[in-house]
Amino acid sequence: MQTEIILSGFGGQGIMFAGQLLAYAAMDSGLEVTWMPSYGPEMRGGTANCTIIIADEEIGSPTVLKPKAVMVFNIPSMIRYEPLVVSGGVLIVNSSLMDREITRNEIKSLKIPANEIAESIGSKRLANMVMLGALITKLPVIPIESLEQALDDHIPDRHRHLLDSNFQALREGSVFEELKLIEETDN
Amino acid sequence: MAITAPANLVYSRPESMTNIATHYCPGCTHGIAHRLIAEVMDEMSIREMTIGVAPVGCSVFAYNYFNCDFVEAAHGRAPAMATGIKRVLPDRFVFTYQGDGDLASIGMAEIMHVAARGENITVIFINNAIYGMTGGQMAPTTLPGQKTTSSPSGRDVEQTGYPIRMAELIANMEGTSYSVRRSLHDHKQIRKAKKAIRTAFEVQKLDLGFAMVELLSTCPTNWGISPQESLQWVDEHMVPVFPLGDYKIAPIIRDLRV
Amino acid sequence: MPRELLKGNVAMAEAAVRAGVEAYFGYPITPQTELLEWMSHRLPELGRVFLQAESEVAAINMVYGAACTGVRVMSSSSSPGVSLMMEGISYIAGTELPVVLIDVVRGGPGLGNIAPSQGDYNQIVHGGGHGDYHSIVLAPSSVQEAIDLTVLAFDLAEKYQAIVVVMADGNIGQMMEPAELPPMLPIKSEYPEWAVRGAKGRDHRILTSIYMNPEDEEKTNLRILERWNKIEENEIRYREYFLDDAEFVVIGYGTAGRVAFSAVRSARAEGIPVGLLRPITLNPYPFAKVAELANQAHAFLVVEMNTGQMLQDVQLAVAGKVPVEFYGRLGGVVPYPDEVLNEIRRISHEPIAVGVDPRRNWMQRLKTEIS
Repeated sequence: MQTEIILSGFGGQGIMFAGQLLAYAAMDSGLEVTWMPSYGPEMRGGTANCTIIIADEEIGSPTVLKPKAVMVFNIPSMIRYEPLVVSGGVLIVNSSLMDREITRNEIKSLKIPANEIAESIGSKRLANMVMLGALITKLPVIPIESLEQALDDHIPDRHRHLLDSNFQALREGSVFEELKLIEETDN
Repeated sequence: MAITAPANLVYSRPESMTNIATHYCPGCTHGIAHRLIAEVMDEMSIREMTIGVAPVGCSVFAYNYFNCDFVEAAHGRAPAMATGIKRVLPDRFVFTYQGDGDLASIGMAEIMHVAARGENITVIFINNAIYGMTGGQMAPTTLPGQKTTSSPSGRDVEQTGYPIRMAELIANMEGTSYSVRRSLHDHKQIRKAKKAIRTAFEVQKLDLGFAMVELLSTCPTNWGISPQESLQWVDEHMVPVFPLGDYKIAPIIRDLRV
Repeated sequence: MPRELLKGNVAMAEAAVRAGVEAYFGYPITPQTELLEWMSHRLPELGRVFLQAESEVAAINMVYGAACTGVRVMSSSSSPGVSLMMEGISYIAGTELPVVLIDVVRGGPGLGNIAPSQGDYNQIVHGGGHGDYHSIVLAPSSVQEAIDLTVLAFDLAEKYQAIVVVMADGNIGQMMEPAELPPMLPIKSEYPEWAVRGAKGRDHRILTSIYMNPEDEEKTNLRILERWNKIEENEIRYREYFLDDAEFVVIGYGTAGRVAFSAVRSARAEGIPVGLLRPITLNPYPFAKVAELANQAHAFLVVEMNTGQMLQDVQLAVAGKVPVEFYGRLGGVVPYPDEVLNEIRRISHEPIAVGVDPRRNWMQRLKTEIS
């Protein structure tokens, strides 16, 4: 069994770090994992993306055409990846950054105002953690506690003072998704 | 009179040279340059601590004539190879022995950067204004108007540019501590050349940075004149284009007593 | 050692450090630069040698010089930089010195791009510098294998006084995977009898690649070939997946090999009796293993990120016994497993044209696919 997750947005939105965090958490949970970045000049200012594959067996290709889950942080990423999510897969959209309807209805999607939530915690730079919290709740491939542990272990020293805010961002992303789930059930 | 008696011995092969006849043409000054380096190695007692780097050119077989460890570089790359050796073995003496095609044409990048880094090696640069080994083609140091097998009507500076003055160029690099030009065309110049070579090795001994000695040399075979005429030709034609002198001597080196 | 999440380039650099590399000379080029950057702080902190050279030409000649002293020494680069190194590599081969080179291959020819490619197979495996010599070529397909093969590279280089190229691609260099680093080995305290370190108390030694007398050069070429024969006898490495009962055999190395692995696993799940051979040594090549598989397989499929370079080695080994088909993506494009899976389905269900260059048919299919 393997789960493929693509994170995509602009360089500087914390895409690569969020992806690495997933990879660390998966590794520390005893799973196999690959983290494959887009690399090169396009990382500075252009579109940045990374593919994370989490599996309980040897991983072959580190990239896939049709991922199980996608998290998008800008419109070009949404245009590129929405059509590629496998049927029944997951799409998480940062709705703070794009006013765009999700057209596919046979996938599990979530629009989350990640920037607003992040700003309410203290910094819009935490939007990547809000998104990640929502993703991992919608697609529970690893427990959120593993992400928190990974954050504690791997957050760069210069950002360590923001550890609690990062935890809170993960939790609020998760809670946002949980509330949505409850809403959907109520409906 | 027993001139071969040890007590009467005034001149012999330096210990730092092997007992092998060189392949150099009659009248070529490579032999003199080799001997001067070997004498310096003897005087400084560094033969067992020295690694030489031979070039591509007439002196490609220099390693056969020196009685110290030696390696053979690709054309122009001797300074890079010497850098690799010196960085790994910083307490050894490392020198390159390069001709003008090797150092000033194909190896221009390597020589400039070894100087820029202030690599603590010694470079002996033999400038005879011609490619010797391949049979007398134009070199980066060929004089304007000089006839060679690849500039049969004489070097046309409009087409092929001007001779490159390496001692001056190298002197401009901050990493250079010592850059001088000497000549091998008469006994007085030869003595000065030896002193410069000694200084260049002393610079290395004291870790003072990059040192290069350019030596104006002859190539009677490819110049097509006799050995004696060749020596005159250096004096009359090469020295005006490549003036002898000290182009850079770091202040600390001026105080060295050689 | 615990598993760590490591980027391929950094993992190879640290593996070299732990294998006792004493000197590194290199020049920045994407997608291998992290390797050079890692060395730039790691080696000085251990009191070893790091130097950023003025060019790849200079870097490989610095490696050449350091190798003459008998220490473990390496460089790393990517395709255009490796082209510049070919002169020095030939001299190193001619001087019979152990050197390790990591080549993180990118798209070409020319400046090409910085995306992963296998376009330099022929250059590294069959070609390289001038003259009659072989490099050992190791092709990792994961970060762990990149680590293990880097360590192995130093051992093989010394054992056979040969150049060992770890030929990765941009994917292997840039991706992160959990992997285990080897323990730190002490650096050498004894040096081989040929090393040039100053003629203290012994005759002077000369290291050179020039043999003006053709008979001497002939002897040198034979000596190099004899070593190569031993390498061929002892050092062929590959990995097999689902080959026992395979009627169809996919062959791929490096990133293409692991993409093919995904496709083969999916095809197995569909009931197709297909297996994968993933060569780890590209030189020496597992010709005998491929020839043996030609007795059991109905057809082969070669998957590469080039226009079919290893394909020719496979064809040589299969010797026309069964059809060999080809699928490649080019210029920095990495195939997806679905593409390879479609090819496996095709060769297992449709008759295959024989007597035709498989590249002709593949080109037609690919043109349709990407248009």
